[in-house]
Amino acid sequence: MTRWIQQVGWRHLVGVLVLAFALVPIVFVVSAAFNPLGTLSSSELVPTGASFGNFTRLFSDTAFGRWFLNSAIIASVSSIASVFISALAAYAFSRRRFRGRRVGLLSVLLIQMFPQFLAIVAIFLIFSAVTDLWPAIGFNTSWGLILLYLGGALGVNTWLMKGFFDTLPRELDESATVDGATHAQVFFRILLPLVAPILAVTALLAFIGTINEFLIANVFLTDAGSKTLPVGLYGLVAGERNANFGMFCAGTLLTAIPTVLVFQLLQRYITDGLTAGAVKG
Amino acid sequence: MTATKLGGPVAPVRPAPAGDPGGGLAGRTVKIVLLGLTVAIAVWAAFPLIENEMWTGLAILLATTAGLLYLYLTPRHIPLKYLAPGTVLLLLFQVFPVLYTASTAFTNFGDGHRGSKQEAVVAIQTASVTQVPGSRQYALTVATTGDPASGPLVFLVTDPVTRQVSAGDADGLAAVPPGDVTVGSTGRVTAADGYTVLTAGQASLRSAEITALAVPTAAGAIRSSGLSRAYEGRAGRAYDEGCDCIRDTATGRTWTADENVGAFVGADGDRLAQGWKVGVGFGNFTRVLTDSAIAGPFFRTLVWNVAFAVASTGGTFVLGLLLAMALHSPRVRGRLTYRVLLVLPYAMPSFAMLLVWRDMFNTDFGLINGLFGSDVDWFGGSASARLAVILVQLWLGYPYMFLVATGALQAIPRELSEASRIDGASAWGGFRRITLPLLMVALTPLLISSFAFNFNNFNAIYLTTEGAPFPADNPANGATDLLITYTYRIAFGGGGAQYGYAAAISIFIFLIVAVVSAVSFRRTRHLEEVHS
Repeated sequence: MTRWIQQVGWRHLVGVLVLAFALVPIVFVVSAAFNPLGTLSSSELVPTGASFGNFTRLFSDTAFGRWFLNSAIIASVSSIASVFISALAAYAFSRRRFRGRRVGLLSVLLIQMFPQFLAIVAIFLIFSAVTDLWPAIGFNTSWGLILLYLGGALGVNTWLMKGFFDTLPRELDESATVDGATHAQVFFRILLPLVAPILAVTALLAFIGTINEFLIANVFLTDAGSKTLPVGLYGLVAGERNANFGMFCAGTLLTAIPTVLVFQLLQRYITDGLTAGAVKG
Repeated sequence: MTATKLGGPVAPVRPAPAGDPGGGLAGRTVKIVLLGLTVAIAVWAAFPLIENEMWTGLAILLATTAGLLYLYLTPRHIPLKYLAPGTVLLLLFQVFPVLYTASTAFTNFGDGHRGSKQEAVVAIQTASVTQVPGSRQYALTVATTGDPASGPLVFLVTDPVTRQVSAGDADGLAAVPPGDVTVGSTGRVTAADGYTVLTAGQASLRSAEITALAVPTAAGAIRSSGLSRAYEGRAGRAYDEGCDCIRDTATGRTWTADENVGAFVGADGDRLAQGWKVGVGFGNFTRVLTDSAIAGPFFRTLVWNVAFAVASTGGTFVLGLLLAMALHSPRVRGRLTYRVLLVLPYAMPSFAMLLVWRDMFNTDFGLINGLFGSDVDWFGGSASARLAVILVQLWLGYPYMFLVATGALQAIPRELSEASRIDGASAWGGFRRITLPLLMVALTPLLISSFAFNFNNFNAIYLTTEGAPFPADNPANGATDLLITYTYRIAFGGGGAQYGYAAAISIFIFLIVAVVSAVSFRRTRHLEEVHS
């Protein structure tokens, strides 16, 4: 028994304690979303009643469906593209030795430390010009926002992936090269499948980061029809905080759905032992 | 032309296998399609540039496209092939805006100092226009070139004598050919080519904009008087080139141009609100360090800011790693359920949850006080407010650390820890000597990024405490303020936008974070060698 506590029991203890911490705010949001009164002051941890009133109001009184679609498209496209872009860069940084490698790595790290939102004035001025020239990628378009988000693709994800490329044994690509594989084949056929778990993790992180992005989207998307979930939901409680709280929580829950779905989808890649097999060659 | 370019890779001239860029038929096809797309996009982007005669932009576009085509058709520069897509986007949408912002740190750019001196003079003169006896009257039609609710406004004014219609906006007045407009009996325009005439209802919705619009003319400016009449008034203030000053025609008072501050300054030091953009050198930077109202709070905030970033990063890392270790054992039942539930906070939209947490900390009807039966004014005291924001960050951030730590643990071959166990190492010893160093290879860069992110975590403060509590003597700098929220309030809040000054402070912030990161980065070089 003591042995069980030492080896397994403490694991459950840690898990349960953190679980309680994790779930209290979420339960609160759930009960507020189903609260028939829909106000902040009447919301409790344990639901006092159940009604879908907040959800139906959300769809009838606001353009929630449209926001949802916009967010899903923007977050999916930009997270997939950014994971691919940073995987390419991570391969170069991890496997290739070239002039300016360290400088490049350091610059990628440094550039993202500039408080991005202070550059928002500059971004606004730049995209004002872009909107005049190419309306298809200007303000109030998903493509413009996706491009803007992809500007940051080389940031933290490259570092994360480079770290994982570094942990893969070099002998793998060396032997493939000896067998006559080109650098592209080594990357796409050998290394990319091996880093699938971390691709899944980064894709998830990028998806979550994008679907939550508020500051830039708020400046970029002003048309009611082009708004994303955060911009639209924030508008709900910007003025009428107490009265719209139920609707806000309902929207918050629905916003979490795509993220949970993506996580479930990627869950099978985030499982044990994928690279353990690779080490055996 | 496209065909010759794409013909390149089909016939490789280099026999060396490592230099062959294609690699298989499928790879080559994909490559041809992608390069074709690049050329197509470049052609699409070129037309508006040519139309607007923006030759510099066109040159950059051509150079970039040619560079990309060369890069992917030559067998050389292999690392660059992998770096180019991200780098081009990085340069366009991140480096360029950042450099642009940094360059404004040396100017007084902001409200009242946006344009050139010429524009300031025009704005001052136009704003001072008043109706005087004998002012010429026009019939006014308000129109727009765009959407009636939001498009740019245009005044269509009809001369009562000649019935000539002119179109005017903030840039000036231009005659409209008589054939293009239909003028009604009252002199008002009923339809005009290229313009949408606003109905009375649409116009009255935008009456504030209509009142504010002044069309500069040689003698003064045309302003509206109601929605159907306009007058050409005389400027009460005029620019005098001889003394390089603005003179008030009624009182004779003058304001002389001061090129150092970019404003017209009166004899008693009084400045006209409308100035222009000038370079101020290091003025914005010295202001941060020498202005005592700014320097004191700046350093106090810096200390808390570092503490917040360290506590947020360290706390989430320790909790996330602990959890990942706890669940990284095939003997724990229900691991999948644990994992799914534990990352739920991360699935919730963070900006919304920050607002929810703020309400949970509410003194009167907040959930926290309700659960514990306490009556704490969480955001009222410095210590409790700081504790609260760190707790919120812990909740928001640990699932991320948990996820990456789990990923990193799984990437470490089990053989290593098994081998150390066989060699007689304890579980803790094995973790400390084998697992942790390997984990750090992958996670240190992440910790640095996380530190940098939390150092500038604007939302964490702005959406919860908004910097509160504030000391009685300084409403601009609260106990939970980070440098970034503090900067935001000073620069953008209350007294009008001061982008130049805000940019200067953000460069300070950047330098602080960059130095901390560069020092930590030196350690990763050391860690990298552990593995290779």
